[in-house]
Amino acid sequence: MQERLKELQAEALEKVTQAADLKELNDIRVSYLGKKGPITEVLKGMGKLSPEERPKMGALANEVRDMITGAIEEKQIALEKAAVEQKLAAEKIDVTLPGRPVREGNHHPLTRIIEEIEDLFIGMGYTVAEGPEVEKDYYNFEALNLPKGHPARDMQDSFYITEEILLRTHTSPVQARTMEQKQGKGPIKIICPGKVYRRDNDDATHSHQFTQIEGLVIDENIRLSDLKGTLDVFAKKMFGADREIRLRPSFFPFTEPSVEMDISCKMCGGHGCSTCKGTGWIEILGAGMVHPNVLEMAGYDSKKYTGFAFGMGPERIAMLKYGVDDIRHFYTNDIRFLKQFSVTE
Amino acid sequence: MLVSYKWLQEYVDLTGVSAEELGEKITKSGIEVEGVETLNEGLKGIVVGHVLECEKHPNAEKLNKTLVDIGGEEPVQIICGAPNVAKGQKVAVATVGAVLPGNFKIKKAKLRGEASNGMICSLQELGIEAKLVAKEFSEGIFNFPEDTEVGQDALALLGRDDQILELGLTPNRADCLSMLGVGYEVAAILERDVKLPEPKTASATEKAEDYIKVSVEAKEDNPLYTAKVIKNVKIGPSPLWMQTRLMAAGIRPHNNVVDITNYILLEYGQPLHAFDYDLLGSKEILVRRAKQGEEITTLDDAKRTLTEDHLVITNGSVPVALAGVMGGANSEVNADTTTVLLESAYFTGPVIRKASKDHGLRSEASSRYEKGVDPARVRPAAERAAELMALYAGGEVLDGTATADSLTLEPAVVSVTLEKINSVIGTELTMQEVEAIFTRLQFKSTVDNDTITVTVPTRRGDITIEEDLIEEVARLFGYDNVPKTLPQGAATPGRLSEYQLKRRLVRRYLEGAGLYQAITYSLTNQEKATQFALEKRQPVELAMPMSEDRSLLRLSIVPQLLEVLKYNTARQNDSLAVYETGAVFLKNDGEDLPEEEEHLAAAITGLWENHQWQGEKKPVDFYVIKGILEGLFAKLGLADKISFSAAEKEGMHPGRTAEVTLNGAAIGFVGQVHPTVQKDMDLKETYVFELNLKTVLEAGTAPLQYESIPRFPSITRDIALVVDKNKSAAELQSIIVETGGKLLKDVYVFDLYEGERMEVGKKSIAFSLKYFDPERTLTDEDVTKTHEKVLKAVEEQAGAVLRG
Ligand SMILES: [Zn+2]
Repeated sequence: MQERLKELQAEALEKVTQAADLKELNDIRVSYLGKKGPITEVLKGMGKLSPEERPKMGALANEVRDMITGAIEEKQIALEKAAVEQKLAAEKIDVTLPGRPVREGNHHPLTRIIEEIEDLFIGMGYTVAEGPEVEKDYYNFEALNLPKGHPARDMQDSFYITEEILLRTHTSPVQARTMEQKQGKGPIKIICPGKVYRRDNDDATHSHQFTQIEGLVIDENIRLSDLKGTLDVFAKKMFGADREIRLRPSFFPFTEPSVEMDISCKMCGGHGCSTCKGTGWIEILGAGMVHPNVLEMAGYDSKKYTGFAFGMGPERIAMLKYGVDDIRHFYTNDIRFLKQFSVTE
Repeated sequence: MLVSYKWLQEYVDLTGVSAEELGEKITKSGIEVEGVETLNEGLKGIVVGHVLECEKHPNAEKLNKTLVDIGGEEPVQIICGAPNVAKGQKVAVATVGAVLPGNFKIKKAKLRGEASNGMICSLQELGIEAKLVAKEFSEGIFNFPEDTEVGQDALALLGRDDQILELGLTPNRADCLSMLGVGYEVAAILERDVKLPEPKTASATEKAEDYIKVSVEAKEDNPLYTAKVIKNVKIGPSPLWMQTRLMAAGIRPHNNVVDITNYILLEYGQPLHAFDYDLLGSKEILVRRAKQGEEITTLDDAKRTLTEDHLVITNGSVPVALAGVMGGANSEVNADTTTVLLESAYFTGPVIRKASKDHGLRSEASSRYEKGVDPARVRPAAERAAELMALYAGGEVLDGTATADSLTLEPAVVSVTLEKINSVIGTELTMQEVEAIFTRLQFKSTVDNDTITVTVPTRRGDITIEEDLIEEVARLFGYDNVPKTLPQGAATPGRLSEYQLKRRLVRRYLEGAGLYQAITYSLTNQEKATQFALEKRQPVELAMPMSEDRSLLRLSIVPQLLEVLKYNTARQNDSLAVYETGAVFLKNDGEDLPEEEEHLAAAITGLWENHQWQGEKKPVDFYVIKGILEGLFAKLGLADKISFSAAEKEGMHPGRTAEVTLNGAAIGFVGQVHPTVQKDMDLKETYVFELNLKTVLEAGTAPLQYESIPRFPSITRDIALVVDKNKSAAELQSIIVETGGKLLKDVYVFDLYEGERMEVGKKSIAFSLKYFDPERTLTDEDVTKTHEKVLKAVEEQAGAVLRG
């Protein structure tokens, strides 16, 4: 009996080892360990044994059972693993093929520049003011110290609709309107982005429609040095911490003193190159202290209040920043152009 | 203004300051120097030669064989093609080894068998612009005066060993439209003295006033008119140095008299005009406004019809000059002129500006008058010109000046406190420092305690208020020395308005959905201005457009976006999705500004899905663009307030266009562009929408409120309804929603069948209905009761039959 059990054990273990798949293994389990299996058969003959031998034989039978069960389980794990591996192998793909593109559009480069500037000044406590693109001559010129017949009106030939209405030539009328609304009481801290129009033939550097962004700060005790400090913060954030600024005296009818701001040339580090026409500096914007006539016309006491204003062209900034060589690209909307401004810097 | 570095040295000592350094300093203290040009850059080896022999080239009709003494041991043979070359001339010779502009090197050569060792040059060949070359030399070589020494550097003689500073003048600095003005400015910058010319003329016995009587009727336009008379002039070329200075400043030499008036214009900034006295036809000058319809033929031989807006110089009866703009042909100085009437006057800006604009004539004179000349220079400039006419035209200057003077010449007196100066600039200057700055500018000043009072010379008409003085202090103190500070006032919260935030959200959403932002022109043509407009209104029209294509303001954005699609499609990019936000303009009557409405438009064409190697391609259709809109409205919290209904619109596909309404009011449209429009623009199937963005962004939305997550399960019932083909999904859905009542949580279309298994004129549309009660678990019975009501309602109200 003992021998028969050993025999069965060896036979079963051999079959388990040979089993090729889970089904075969299951058959082995049923045939050896099932209620009608050979081990059960062998144990039926236990009645013939002496009472001393019976427990010994019972233990042996259990041992054989356990051993076969263990072998089957082990084999089952191995077979399952193999099956998974086989399935995985069949599922292999070429990971180098391109992924499914996520459909994505993007903002226009001018919006990118304008929002960057807006956010920068919002961070410094400014709000964003907007106004109409078709303006009254009064807000576009007169309220800005440019009476009719003023020679400086030549600087910006305009598209008139009637004698008194025109397409605004700058976003400054938004400043005039904001000041008027405040009825002579400060403070004001605004940034004014928007489209403007001038009578220019479109070419690589001129566009009859372009954008501008202007800033205005009015309060008691606003100084030219505050303007310089503000522009310095702007230039360093917009163009890089290593850029220097310089102010040059200039002329705008609505500011006095008036300045132009240059930044040091990135290409040559200020030594002079073709980008900066050998000067080491690149002109970025115009600015100045708000002219007392402008303050007074809007109802501010120019003895009490002072202010500064600045204005710049997002096209010019985009051209400098990204190396765009033709202003018309901004309005042609060639998709090959627009797509280039998706990446973050 | 073109400023000769060499000429400037007559007024200011420039020792130790190169032209480039000077340019940098001028730029930093207020006038932008746009460039410093070296006139003889890259040129060498050009000398004065004497043409000893000149004969026709034996083998070439148009060439001459010359023998030229260039100061060397032997004269050289040069073949010359200029028609005006002749024996005895003193000419500019580019010798063998010389370099001309464009790095053109002169080598020994043979021309049609004859040796040529050099080249006789025209001024153009030496780098002078053709329009600046005097007429007599414009078609050939230049001739030096007969007494010119042979062999010397021709470029130096022509004033080309000079550098030109190009000043970019802002309108306020008209004072620097003269060498003297630049002299004052440079002297202030360098803290050096300025030297002024001191004209001297020999006294004459005859008096100018016996020759001419001057009177001014239009005193406002012309507060000061002076006339000098110079007799016995001999018209001829002006001295070479004067011609070269004129050319360097961009003025073409003519003859000695005209050149002298131009030279003084450059030196003093005071325009002068020389009349031929004998051609005036009277002994009188009367300055008045022109009569309506009066005519004058100006120096450029153009006949001009005048109005009462124009100021004329007359001989008492007829105009002899358009004042301040251009002289008349009838009194022009010519080769036979012997007596010159020299006008030096102060005309005010507006009247000159008007004439110059009306007649399209901008001259060196008119532009100076427009910007304002210094009235104090009217007389000295005339004296200086007269002196030069005596010197270089052999003239005899008559005693005195005939004058009509109603000018009140009072320099501006402006005061400012030191405290104000420092508080505006942000500096801590002392009164001594401020005084020193005005001394450098040669402004007289007096100090009384904290206040400085400055008498501003009339040459600086731009300085009238204390801020102008502050600017003078700031710029000469140097902006580099101004500290950097930030405004000190109370902190203000910086933020975008609700509207601006939402607009950014709309942009981000559309970009996330795959659309690119375009920015197009607001000005367009007649056809496009009104095409696809949301509202039938008149477009706003420009008074004087530059072109028909940019003559009106747009009423809609879609036509501009279609242009963008067309442009890109023509460049092999035919799957495109673009959007734009921007203003459209609706005309109002009279002097009211037009209404500006912010619109949002989009245009999509070509493939929407295109995953190439997986072979998935799906062109855009109506439901793609509608889905984008629905998503947008959901994002803005407006989904419940929006509806779409079939609509017809010009330019749009009649069966594939919907009107979009918000709270029942139309706000825009969405749909396919009409196939004929697509074809006209070479576009594939194209879908667009345009909305009144302003209305959308200003629409009130309910505050965001958390809704508890359901604890009880819901029950879903799907139904397929067979209905007439023209029954809309929205119609069925609204019946379902209405009858479903509180229990019906959600309903949506999940299938549409219009295939051949359908009866003609019918379609099957399947809805999924989700029933749910937040308070309890619904039973089948509860749902069945409601669901049957729904089925009955759709049958009764829409003739829908449950599909078996
Ligand atoms: Zn550079």
